Amino acid sequence: MSDTLIKARGLSVGFKIGSGLFGKSILKAVDNVDIDIEKGSFFGLVGESGSGKTTLGRALLKAVPITGGTASYSDGEVDYDLTTLAGPELKDYRKRAQLIFQDPYAALSPRMTVRDIIAEPLEVMGLTKTREETDARVREIAAKCRLNLEHLRRFPHAFSGGQRQRISIARALVSGPRFIVADESVAALDVSIQADVLNLLKKIQREMKITFLFISHDLSVVAHTCDHLAVMYLGRLVESAPTRTLFAAPRHPYTKALFSAIPSLDPDDRGRAQKLEGEIPSPTNQPPGCKFHTRCPYVIDRCRKDEPKLEHPGDGHEVACHRWRELADAARATA
Amino acid sequence: MTALIEVKNLTIQFRTDEGLVTAVDDVSFSLNKGEVMGLVGESGSGKSVTAKALMHLNARNAVYGANSRIILHSENGPVEVLKLKTARELKIVRGGAISMIFQEPMASFAPAITIGDQMVEQLMLHSDMGKAKAKALSVEMLDRVGISDPAKRFGQYAFELSGGMRQRAMIAMALSTKPKLLIADEPTTALDVTIQAQVIDLMKDLVSEFHMGIVFITHDLGVIAQTADKVSVMYLGRLIEEGPVREVIRNPKHPYTQGLLAALPKLENLDAPLTPVAGDIPSPLERPTGCVFHTRCPKVVGDQCKTRLPEHVQVDSTHRVACHIHTAEVPA
Repeated sequence: MSDTLIKARGLSVGFKIGSGLFGKSILKAVDNVDIDIEKGSFFGLVGESGSGKTTLGRALLKAVPITGGTASYSDGEVDYDLTTLAGPELKDYRKRAQLIFQDPYAALSPRMTVRDIIAEPLEVMGLTKTREETDARVREIAAKCRLNLEHLRRFPHAFSGGQRQRISIARALVSGPRFIVADESVAALDVSIQADVLNLLKKIQREMKITFLFISHDLSVVAHTCDHLAVMYLGRLVESAPTRTLFAAPRHPYTKALFSAIPSLDPDDRGRAQKLEGEIPSPTNQPPGCKFHTRCPYVIDRCRKDEPKLEHPGDGHEVACHRWRELADAARATA
Repeated sequence: MTALIEVKNLTIQFRTDEGLVTAVDDVSFSLNKGEVMGLVGESGSGKSVTAKALMHLNARNAVYGANSRIILHSENGPVEVLKLKTARELKIVRGGAISMIFQEPMASFAPAITIGDQMVEQLMLHSDMGKAKAKALSVEMLDRVGISDPAKRFGQYAFELSGGMRQRAMIAMALSTKPKLLIADEPTTALDVTIQAQVIDLMKDLVSEFHMGIVFITHDLGVIAQTADKVSVMYLGRLIEEGPVREVIRNPKHPYTQGLLAALPKLENLDAPLTPVAGDIPSPLERPTGCVFHTRCPKVVGDQCKTRLPEHVQVDSTHRVACHIHTAEVPA
């Protein structure tokens, strides 16, 4: 019926930490997150370190246990409840959902050839019967990722960062996934190569109809690649909207501050940015009320006590802020 | 115009198992007092090796070219940095006249010594200050870079500080010896954007206050546009373009600089396609002949690019470029 691939409601991931005088405490890395990822979309997740974006991505892959709420996956062939998924169904989900890591230098075993790296998922999951079949599949995927077929016999050390990231992408694609989480997949690359890898990911999304969850801290990169953006802060989802809507009129003060912190390429446009004071609080010692109130320039008393819920004003632009309507009106008045 | 440091024909090679690898090839530039120079390039372009040479800090297998010179103009007259040998002589540049901040602030602090002890130690090494005076200055510097409760932070370890605070402490430590030149090697790359904006602001304030020269190494042209007075672009060990920041960003002359700018995602125009610089940076073991960029250059103008190294050409009095398009007087 609907074309939502991933649907999460009230999703939480907590980690038990320490065993101090007062027993164990729980660190909520992801707290009560609602998220809908449409089939075939390029969904961006942004936030600073410690915002929980990586943990959310891993929870959706069932790589960390979900401790609260619901999450489901539905690609038209299967419907899985991600909170209870286990056994053969979990194995099947592993084929359908894949991960591309940040650091292409750490993600590839230095002692395996490129061919073996790409073939490993096929062998582990038993997707191919014969060596010939495996080789044919590896070649097909390698060509798609613009890897030179002669390079398949080489080891990763012979390759540059961009080439290595293309190898990682090939490995993620080889099992024929429907959903890929790309966690900071271009952050370790030089700008000249970054554009190349981004274009490749977009091409894969279009041609192979794969849904991407693209996790990044770089707003100019997500602006160019993603259809939809969600912004996280200290484990919460604070804003979610189609990319253009979000960039044209961000509603949450945190999103606004993030945008204005991007260094402008114009040397005459120095120091105009609205600067955010302080740093993201520690997740073990979260402030009460709105998690952002310690750094927010528009803080009022209510923000220190009540935590704002994610509002759905009906225009597809969701935001969790007590004052967003008021601030949007004020912005319109001055414009 | 008083030159602070002059680099002349700097060539650096490394002895490796696979033979001599060229990291920096005939690079010349100079920096004045109070000037911020951005050094831009991809990984493998030789920007960090160049910066380390200013403090004679490269590994033992580095071989400097016979006519390479680095001249630091200190209060006691010019110092030939590459001729310094003993630890005592090197102290003049390392931590004395020149300080350096690194990319990863966690890795730059010793984990088992408090921030304060590390700051005091280097002050006592580089000045005739006593312990009490060094401590007072360190706390004052921590306060200057915007660290709240500096006296408490002084007694803490690096792991107790957040990333942004660690980088501030690093800057406080680097500046406490009042260096003439600060080398900042990707100081904001590991930081979140909001913290990056704070650190950039802090560095701008400190330049105007201390009037030192800064070599700012980064691959982020946005950061360069926000901080630098002039820019030098490096590719595979060659300095390929140099000029005032406005000139280089608005009117880039080298196809590589143009490519770098085109590859950047721009927020003003979300529909603009991202155009990568074609191909990959060649391995330093397989340096191309002629112009080092010709294997990836979209504007090769003939055999000369493959056979002859382009000379530097002055576009105007401050902007120079090394490209055959401009030597051959062919319109770009």
